[in-house]
Amino acid sequence: MEHEEAAAHGPLDQFTIDRLIPIHIGGIDASFTNAALFMLISVALVTWFLMAATRGGSLVPGRLQSLAEAAYGLVASALRDNVGPEGKKYFPFVFSLFMFILFANFIGLIPVPGSFTVTSHIIVTFALAFFIFVMVTLIGLARHKLHFFSLFLPAGVPIYLAPLLVPIEIIGYLTRPISLSVRLAANMLAGHTMLEVFAGFVIALGIFGFAPFLFVIAIYGLEVIVAFLQAYVFAVLTCLYLSDAINLHKH
Amino acid sequence: MTDDKPPPPADRTPPALGDFGQRLRRAQGESEQTQGPASGVNSRGLGLAFRMATELVAALIVGGGIGWFLDRWLGTRPWLLLVFLTLGMAAGMLNAFREAKRLEREG
Repeated sequence: MEHEEAAAHGPLDQFTIDRLIPIHIGGIDASFTNAALFMLISVALVTWFLMAATRGGSLVPGRLQSLAEAAYGLVASALRDNVGPEGKKYFPFVFSLFMFILFANFIGLIPVPGSFTVTSHIIVTFALAFFIFVMVTLIGLARHKLHFFSLFLPAGVPIYLAPLLVPIEIIGYLTRPISLSVRLAANMLAGHTMLEVFAGFVIALGIFGFAPFLFVIAIYGLEVIVAFLQAYVFAVLTCLYLSDAINLHKH
Repeated sequence: MTDDKPPPPADRTPPALGDFGQRLRRAQGESEQTQGPASGVNSRGLGLAFRMATELVAALIVGGGIGWFLDRWLGTRPWLLLVFLTLGMAAGMLNAFREAKRLEREG
C-alpha cells in the first residue's frame, strides 16, 4: 500500500503545474495555474509586508520595520558597493526583484499541501534573468552608444588576439541570463527534491523514521539559508551586470 | 567639537552626544567583524562552489547552442559546434576566473 502510494506521489510531484482556471485565447494556453497563483501570493505578501512595515515609520523600529529596513539596507549597500552612486536610480528595480524572489523562495518552504515554489521553475527564473539581460544591455547602449562594445575587448589586449577573445567575451556575456536563471532554479529544485525524498524515508521506515526526520530538519534549516542566499546572489549579480553596463569594467 | 578626547573623569555626566555617531560606527564595526567569519561559512562555500559550476556549465550550453544553430543554418555540421563548444568552455573559465578574482578582492 505504502509503496503504491509512494510511486503515485513521487518527490517531483511538488513541481507539477495544475491549471486552476483554464483559459485558452486563440489556441494559446493562458490558464491561471498554481504557479501564477503563487506568484500573485508572493507579490501580495511583499506588498503587505512593506506597507505594514512602513506604516508606523517610527524612529525606533519595531519588528516588522526593522526587517524591512534590513532588507532595504542589504540591497542598497549591494547597489552602492557594486555600481556606485549611479546605481541609486535602479534601486526600486533591484529591490522588487530581491523581495519577489525572497518571498517566492520562502513561501515555497512552507510545508502545506499544494505548496509550490515558483522559483524552482526555470522558465520563471529565465524570464526574470532575460529581462535583466535585455534591460542591462539597453542601459549600456543608451549610456555609451557604440562605445558599449568595448566591453567585449578588454583594455591592453594585443590586437592579434582580438579574433579569438571577442567571441569568447560575447559568449561569456550571453551566458549571463542562463547562469543567473539556472543557478536559482537548480538550487530550489535540488533542495526541495532532497527534502521530499528524505521525507518519504520517514514514512517508509516507520519507527526508525526519526533518523531521516532529524536529517530533514537539518536540510530544512539549510534550505532556509539557501532561499535567502539565492535571492541575495540574484540581486548582487544584477548589480554587477548593471555596473558593467554603467562603468564598463572601470573599477 | 572634541572628537577623540574622552570626557573628563571628574564629572559624572554621560559621554557627550557629539561623538555618538563615531562610537556607534565603531561598535557596529566590531560586531560585524566578530559576526563576519563565524556566520555561515559552510553555506557561503557551498554557494560559491555552485556559482562557479553554473558559470562553467552555462557557458558551455550557450557555446554549444550557438554552434548547433549555426551548423543547422549553414549546413556545416559538426564543425561550428566543435569550435563554439571550445569557445564556450573558454568563456566559462573566463567568467569563473573573473568571479573568483572579484571574490578575492572582496575578501
